Amino acid sequence: MALLEIKNLSVAFATHGGEVRAVEGVDLTVDEGQVLGIVGESGSGKSVSSLAVMGLVAANGRVTADRMSFAGHDLMKLGPRQRRGITGRDVAMIFQEPMTSLNPCFTVGFQLTEGLRTHLGGSRQELRRRAVELLDQVGIPDPDTRLGAFPHQLSGGMCQRVMIAMAIACNPRLLIADEPTTALDVTIQRQILELLLDLQRKRGMALILITHNMGVVAETAHRVAVMYAGQVVEERPAAELFRHPRHPYTAALLEALPERSAGQRRLPAIPGMVPGLGDRPEGCLFNPRCGRVRDVCRAARPPLLPTDGGAVRCLLPLGAA
Amino acid sequence: MATDAGAIPAAAHSAAPPHPLVEFWRYFRQNKGALAGLGVIIFLGLVAIFADVLAPHPPAEQFRDALLRPPVWQDGGTWRFVLGTDDIGRDILSRLTHGARVSMAVGVFVIALGLLVGVVLGLTAGFFSGPVDIAIMRAMDTLLAMPALLLAIVVVAILGPGLFNAMLAVSVVVLPGFARLTRAAVLTELSKDYVTAARMTGARLPRLMFITVLPNCLAPLIVQATLGFSTAILDTAALGFLGLGAQPPTPEWGTMLSDALQFIQRAWWVVTLPGAAILLTVLAFNLMGDGLRDALDPKLKR
Amino acid sequence: MVAALAPKTGAAGDVVIEAVDLKRHYDIRRGLFRGHATVRAVDGISFVLAAGRTLAIVGESGSGKSTLARVVTLIEPPSGGTLKLMGREPFSGDATAQRELRRAVQMVFQDPYGSLNPRRKVGAILEEPLIINTPMKAAERRKRALAMLAAVNLRPEHYNRYPHMFSGGQRQRIAIARALMLNPRLVVADEPVSALDISIQAQVLNLMMDLQEQFNLAYLFISHDLSVVRHIANDVLVMYLGRPVEHGPKELLFTQPRHPYTMALLAATPRVDPGQRIDPQIVKGELPSPLNPPKGCAFHTRCPFAQDRCKVDVPALRTVDGRLTACHFAEQIAG
Repeated sequence: MALLEIKNLSVAFATHGGEVRAVEGVDLTVDEGQVLGIVGESGSGKSVSSLAVMGLVAANGRVTADRMSFAGHDLMKLGPRQRRGITGRDVAMIFQEPMTSLNPCFTVGFQLTEGLRTHLGGSRQELRRRAVELLDQVGIPDPDTRLGAFPHQLSGGMCQRVMIAMAIACNPRLLIADEPTTALDVTIQRQILELLLDLQRKRGMALILITHNMGVVAETAHRVAVMYAGQVVEERPAAELFRHPRHPYTAALLEALPERSAGQRRLPAIPGMVPGLGDRPEGCLFNPRCGRVRDVCRAARPPLLPTDGGAVRCLLPLGAA
Repeated sequence: MATDAGAIPAAAHSAAPPHPLVEFWRYFRQNKGALAGLGVIIFLGLVAIFADVLAPHPPAEQFRDALLRPPVWQDGGTWRFVLGTDDIGRDILSRLTHGARVSMAVGVFVIALGLLVGVVLGLTAGFFSGPVDIAIMRAMDTLLAMPALLLAIVVVAILGPGLFNAMLAVSVVVLPGFARLTRAAVLTELSKDYVTAARMTGARLPRLMFITVLPNCLAPLIVQATLGFSTAILDTAALGFLGLGAQPPTPEWGTMLSDALQFIQRAWWVVTLPGAAILLTVLAFNLMGDGLRDALDPKLKR
Repeated sequence: MVAALAPKTGAAGDVVIEAVDLKRHYDIRRGLFRGHATVRAVDGISFVLAAGRTLAIVGESGSGKSTLARVVTLIEPPSGGTLKLMGREPFSGDATAQRELRRAVQMVFQDPYGSLNPRRKVGAILEEPLIINTPMKAAERRKRALAMLAAVNLRPEHYNRYPHMFSGGQRQRIAIARALMLNPRLVVADEPVSALDISIQAQVLNLMMDLQEQFNLAYLFISHDLSVVRHIANDVLVMYLGRPVEHGPKELLFTQPRHPYTMALLAATPRVDPGQRIDPQIVKGELPSPLNPPKGCAFHTRCPFAQDRCKVDVPALRTVDGRLTACHFAEQIAG
């Protein structure tokens, strides 16, 4: 059963130059215990989509969707308070900058037990015992003394572990990780990814992993949604998507990875730039940079069309019969 | 700037962000108080420039036949002296008009001097860490530790009373603010890569200080200068009121206020009108300063 | 350590830079009562780099690679060892020689937003090096700036714009153009593509390789992204806590690493192709504090192969199988 189901999500922001749409017609589904990877370049709307799920879009943003349901609750129909009751307990989120996500004025232990107290309650000793247990679960050595540490006394990797401990404190059913390893070194990135996957498997949690790093998604996700300029352009099982991409953008992005062109002097770069919020092209959003563009691509936005194991937003997908 | 707008090809870069000045004006425009302040300041500036034309009478001319004449809308007022006359028969409107010139000149001089010395001290302190930095900043702290007006009085007491010395004294009062602000901004900018890049191309110290770094420190300085303008006018008026600033018959607002103090019961206008002029000017500069701060400080932007 | 020990990898051109046992130490005051501590940010790095070649410096944050960049670009003097640019020593005390040599070394920074002066137009940014260092006339400077804009695939109308009007990738092109204005021999690139999107990253890497060919540049390419390094570098120097751990030709290091740290970095890099993945032996723990590095081999606290000897003996950098490596058990752990 789908844990989170989003149909036709759009997020628009009011600016001086009129309304701009950061996210346009996004469909996403996450099942219980599934890892969904959302990849995209900066400005593709991947973070805004997840903020919309959490109800955290900035005040000048307008969120619309045909359907946005979590575990059977229709989030669009709930008031902000009821919604927080659901998303606050069952959905947790971690962010890119672990150092700034923690309040520098309070100890790790205080921030950890504060969340536990509001959601679960209990005596001081009990909360403390639970906090130590959580830090232990996220692989922080010597958790008893670390409770008294301030965030600036911890490294980036340790802070991210604390953030993960806070996120899993209330046993969420869905964890949204927005670029959780981007600010970290490779060896620490590897440790954090292994930790997230380990927790996900042990707890049967669903995980949405938002990142720009194709390798991270390829190694962790079950399904992958590729976003470009506010739209999902391809959404398929990870292994197949990386082996046989259907959308020309996915294919071009993979080609551009240095890893894929060993021995070649030049990388097959994608010409041009990602369109900004205010200058989206007519027709298919990728058409000005696409090598397979035809006249039909310039006429209208292609719909999300079903393909093997998923969907692709292209009129002339690769590998189609 | 028109040159930039013209250079952007419509097709390729319709989403290019607007010029900083355009963006600044957008934010500034939203603040109605700041716009009102700007309006008043422009008005005062024009009055100061064209005081000779606008004033109906010379500011020091005494009309012996019209002592303490009330403003035109009160019994006994005439259109000859629209805002009335003072105790020795000088036209108040004319004196206020010329007073605007004095006040504006005071503001410009004090801020220019304070800014110049403060920026140089701040830049020096920011670029040379160690003893130089410590010496400059402790000196600034010492100045800040004294009450502003007291400090000004001390300086005037040393230099002797007079408008010019009063302006020097007020410059000393506003100086530490500029120095500290510049130093803080310099330290922030020095950590940025573009400064390292300029160093690597072989730029020497004066170029680094004034061409590379200083333009990037201007935003907070502009705000401080605007707010300092009101301090300058107010403090100079206060010194004038105490008899340490402009000497009669200079039509300075603070001096006008103190000269007329004894008539406050009999002729309200001789005291109220210069006071209102000071109030309005200071308020205008403060409103505009707040608006500038909102528009220039990226941290406050939505 | 002698520079002659550095691997000879088909030197195509003159030696641009030669570093022998380069050191940069910092004294840190740790509060009022705790006295001084010395951070050995760079501690005994040697390499030779010839024109037209790329040496990649690889390591995690805190490994000292950025400090090395600051020494090589003559921003900071080394605390020990010698540095030679085109055979001349920039820190010999001759200020004129240093200014001359400084022109030959330029830098491209990681953050394309912080490296361009926001108050100056692109034209002024590009011409500044010429104003400072040459007696060129304004018209001549403008001509060179426009030519350089074309060389980095930007258009002439970009000359009159401010940096904020450009995207990250375009800014990085401008930064590269500025670095090349004085015809440098060596360009130090500190993570030049890590702040860019994948599609833009490929464009900038292609540009850097084209320019290297065109101007016969030597690149000192600092990066933590091994797949980028593998693409652009000829030689690779892996650093850990300021010390070299492995140094040699790229292919050798990537296919047959002989130091556990190199192996760990390779294994930790996420890959799209399942065929290229290496069984991730997760490296334990985090980088130790540079204020208090471990005794013996600095990596022993995290090394899966660590033995008692590693806790005591500092391993010397020695030639093993065609590259330099600093591990007591380099022969045994071949992957």
